[in-house]
Amino acid sequence: MGGGITLDHFLVLSLIIFGLGLFTVLTRRNAIGILMGIELILNSANINYLAFAFYGGGKYDGQIFAIFVIMLAAAEAVIGLAVVLAIYQNFKTIDVDATETLSG
Amino acid sequence: MLAQIIFYALAALTVGSSALVAFSRNIVHSTFALLGAFMGVVGIYILLAADFVAMVQLLVYVGGILVLTLFAVMLTAGIADVTVSNRAVGSGSALVTVGVAISVMLYAVVRTPWHQGTVVVPSQTTYGIGNAFLGEYVLPFEVASLVLLAALIGAIVISRHEVRE
Repeated sequence: MGGGITLDHFLVLSLIIFGLGLFTVLTRRNAIGILMGIELILNSANINYLAFAFYGGGKYDGQIFAIFVIMLAAAEAVIGLAVVLAIYQNFKTIDVDATETLSG
Repeated sequence: MLAQIIFYALAALTVGSSALVAFSRNIVHSTFALLGAFMGVVGIYILLAADFVAMVQLLVYVGGILVLTLFAVMLTAGIADVTVSNRAVGSGSALVTVGVAISVMLYAVVRTPWHQGTVVVPSQTTYGIGNAFLGEYVLPFEVASLVLLAALIGAIVISRHEVRE
């Protein structure tokens, strides 16, 4: 790519997004907030896949992996949000600290 | 030069929105900030000559996952109460964990001499991806449809109301 954008630029960008996503997962106590953090982490992984695909000679393998990741993220979001809504029906809250019936 | 400006604009949009997702005290603000993050990532994909993946991202993430998340946020109560809606605990230890993880990976990124192949001229990728899906990657493709079917049935089973006879 012209203009001096190298592979490292994209890797550092995805690293920053990964860090923010990890922070979200670690600190949020709202279950939906945790799912949002997971989406950010998956997006950062996808940026890596596409960056390596682009700078590695333009094969399609990286892009196909990215599509599979997007597909799994969609399935994960559907199941995750269904679980969250089921928890909300039972506990009337989605605070993950409040739903501790199984802890001994 | 133009590519540089576009890259930094998209990176600023993505990182800024992601930071808002991570640090916002209100879950609704977080959800809408997620829109900016996804759109920035779409731009990054287009910059990386992945037009098909960018459109898939736009349809699945922005059109599907984001709307679904927004539904879930609106369906669960207590969102109006800012102090309860997006409580964050343990920011200090989380910052340390993230800092250590980021430092290790940044070290790896900077120190590795990445092999860079010849950069190709961006062209349409849909044809090649379609061929790869129905050729080399046909088995993962079919397994993926099975996963989606299982997710569909699983979501219905989890979220439906139980009717007792």
